[in-house]
Amino acid sequence: MTESVIHFHPSGTLLALVGNPNCGKTALFNRLTGSRQKVANYAGVTVERKEGRIKSQKGKTLRLLDLPGTYSLYPRSPDERVTCDVLAGRAKGERRPDMVICVLDATNLRRNLRLVLAVQRMGLPCMVVLNMVDLAKRRGLKIDPDALSRQLGVPVVTTVATQGTGLDELHDWLDHPERWNVQPITPAHEPVADQARVNAILRALSLDENSPELPSDRVDRIVLHPVFGPILLAVLLFFLFQAVFSWAEAPKHGIEQLIEWMGEQVGELLPPGLLHSLVVDGVIAGVGSVLAFLPQILILFFFILVLEESGYLPRAAFLLDRIMGSVGLSGRSFIPLLSSFACAIPGIMATRSIANPRDRLVTIMIAPLMTCSARLPVYALLIGAFVPNRSLWGGVELQGLVLFVLYLAGIVGAMLVAWILKRFASGQQTRSLMMELPSYHWPHPRSILIGLWQRAEIFLKRVGGIILGLTLALWLLASFPGAPEGATEPPILYSFAGMLGVALSKVFAPIGFNWQISLALVPGLAAREIAISALGTVYALSGSAENAAQALTPLIAHSWSLPTAFSLLAWYVFAPQCVATLAAVKRETGGMRMPLIMAAYLFGLAYLASFITFRVSTALLG
Amino acid sequence: MTHTSKFTLAHARTGQAHRVKGLRAPSHAPEWIQWLEEIGFVDGEHVSVLARGLPGSDPLVIRIGQSTFALRKAEAECVELHDGMHAEQAA
Repeated sequence: MTESVIHFHPSGTLLALVGNPNCGKTALFNRLTGSRQKVANYAGVTVERKEGRIKSQKGKTLRLLDLPGTYSLYPRSPDERVTCDVLAGRAKGERRPDMVICVLDATNLRRNLRLVLAVQRMGLPCMVVLNMVDLAKRRGLKIDPDALSRQLGVPVVTTVATQGTGLDELHDWLDHPERWNVQPITPAHEPVADQARVNAILRALSLDENSPELPSDRVDRIVLHPVFGPILLAVLLFFLFQAVFSWAEAPKHGIEQLIEWMGEQVGELLPPGLLHSLVVDGVIAGVGSVLAFLPQILILFFFILVLEESGYLPRAAFLLDRIMGSVGLSGRSFIPLLSSFACAIPGIMATRSIANPRDRLVTIMIAPLMTCSARLPVYALLIGAFVPNRSLWGGVELQGLVLFVLYLAGIVGAMLVAWILKRFASGQQTRSLMMELPSYHWPHPRSILIGLWQRAEIFLKRVGGIILGLTLALWLLASFPGAPEGATEPPILYSFAGMLGVALSKVFAPIGFNWQISLALVPGLAAREIAISALGTVYALSGSAENAAQALTPLIAHSWSLPTAFSLLAWYVFAPQCVATLAAVKRETGGMRMPLIMAAYLFGLAYLASFITFRVSTALLG
Repeated sequence: MTHTSKFTLAHARTGQAHRVKGLRAPSHAPEWIQWLEEIGFVDGEHVSVLARGLPGSDPLVIRIGQSTFALRKAEAECVELHDGMHAEQAA
C-alpha cells in the first residue's frame, strides 16, 4: 500500500494502543489523552473509533488511536477485524500506525503475551505497557519489567492506568521513538509455538505456574450462583429501571422549565407571526421535548457503564444465556438489548460485540421492541388521560401496572420474533459463547464521566439534528397553504399536513385512529415523542410540548374512545416510529434491505396488535 | 463412573484442577479450535470448572490459566483433558 509512506505526515506520529479486552487499555487511553478525544466510526463499519491527542514532555503532539480489544490478530468479530486491518495497513481510510503500544494485563501475562508476539511480527516499532501491576502485586505476582523487556526485546514500562501511575516513564519513551525496537515482518502464525515461547518467558521470569483463587472467585460464588445469581440480577435490573424513572424526574422537569423559559424569552423578542411561530413552536418546543429525555438516557448509561466497568455485565449475560438461548439468541445479546431501553440506536451500535453474524442481525431486529425512553411521554400522556389513578391490592398503582404491561409486551414481542426467526431462518448455524468474565474492578469515576460525556454528545448530535429538521418540516406542512377566505374548519385541515392526515386516516380507521392521530404519526416517525407536540399542533394548541401535553390530556380524554387509546398504546409498543433507528440499522447492516424488512415487519406487527386491541376492547366495552 | 474414550472439560468435576490435552472441534464448527487456542486453551495449560450454570450445566464458568471464561457445554466438550493426577475419584 502506498499509504504506508507516512514519515512526513503533517499531523504527527500516529500511535496505536493494542491489547486484549479488559486489559485496562481504555483507562490508559483516557489517562493519556484526557478530554482531547474524538469518537467516530471506522469507514464502512460501525465500530467506534477513538482517537486522542497527547502532548509529550518535549512538546511534541502525538495522535493516539485506541484500537478495539482483541485476543489475537485472527479476528472473530467486526471489532477485532478493525484492529487487524489497521495494524496491517489494510483498513479503508486509515493510516497505518507508526508505533504500537501493547497494553498487557499484568495479572494475565500468559494470554496477553501472545498478542505481543503477534504484533511484533507485524514489523512495527513496539513497546509494552504492563498495566494493573497493583493487582498483580496483590495476587503475589512479582514481575520484573527489565527481565520481561530483555525477553521480548522491546521496552517495558509498568502502569496502573486507573490511578495514573507510571505515566511519566511512558511519556519519556514517547519522546524517544528511536529506542523502540522493530522486528522484521514474519508472517508465520503458530499458536502452539507462540505458547511455547510464552511459557519459556514466564519460566525465565519465574512466574509461578499455579493459579491461586482470585478475589473475584469469592464474589462469583454468589453472583454466579444458580439461585442467588438470577435473584441478584433481577433486583439490580428492577433498581435500575426505578432509578431511570424516579431520579430523572427532577432534572427532566428542570430542563422542561428551562426550555419553556427560553421559549418565553425568545418569544418576547420576536414579533408575532410566522417567524415567532417557527422559532418558538417549531425549534424550541420541538428540540426541547427531546432534550428532556437526556437525564433518563444518562442515568441508564451511567448504570450500564458502571456495570460494564465493574465486570458485572458479562456475568449478567452468562446468567441469561440459557433464557436467551431458548429463543435462539446468546447471552451476549443482553447488553445491546439493555441499552435499547434507553434508546435503540446505542443498543444497535452495541451489537458489534456479537461475533455471530446471525445473532447480531436478530438482536438488531428486535432491539426496537425494547421500550425506549422516547415512548415514555406517549405512554404517560395516554395512561394519564385514560387509565384511572387508583391503587390496587398491595399499594400497586393501576397506572404503573399498565406501564409495566406495556414494557412487558415489548419484551414478549421481541422474544416471540426471535423465536420465530430461530424456527424458520436459523439454518445450520452453531452459536458460540466463549465470553471472558473479567476480574471485578471498582469503576473509575473519570472513565464513567468520559463515557457519559461521549454518550450525551452522540445522542444530542444524532437525534437533535433529525428532530430539528422534521419539526421544522411539520411546522411548514401544517402552516401552508393557509385556510381559504370564509373557511369554517380549522386552518390546519386545509394545509398539506391536514390533507395527508385525512388520507392516512382511511388506512388507520380499522384500528380506530382519527385523522388527527394519523397525522401526528407522520412527524412521530422522526422521534416518537414528537407525536405529542404534533397532536398539540394539530389540535390547534400553541405553546411548548409540555404545555401541549398538559392541555392535551383532558382534550383527548373527551374526544377519543377508550378502544382508540388502547389501540394507540398497542401501536406504540411495536411501530418503528423512529427514522434514526432505521438509519442506524442501515449503517450497521450495510444496506437498505434490513431496515426495510424491519420497518415492514414492525409496522405489520403494530397494525395487527392495534387491530386486535381495538376490536377486542370495542367488543368488550361496547 | 466408567471412562469413555475421551475425557473433556464438560465432564470435569467442579473445582477439580486439570490440564489441557488437546482440542477437538465438532465438524460443523471447525473454527472453534482456533478460537479456543486464542483465548488460552493450549496443551498443558491449567484448567478447571469454577461453576456450572442453571439446570443442565450450560453454560459453564471455566478458569483457563489466569483468566475466567464462560463456555457453552458444546464448547467445553471440545477441550480434552489429561486425567492424570487429579482425575475424578470413584464416587
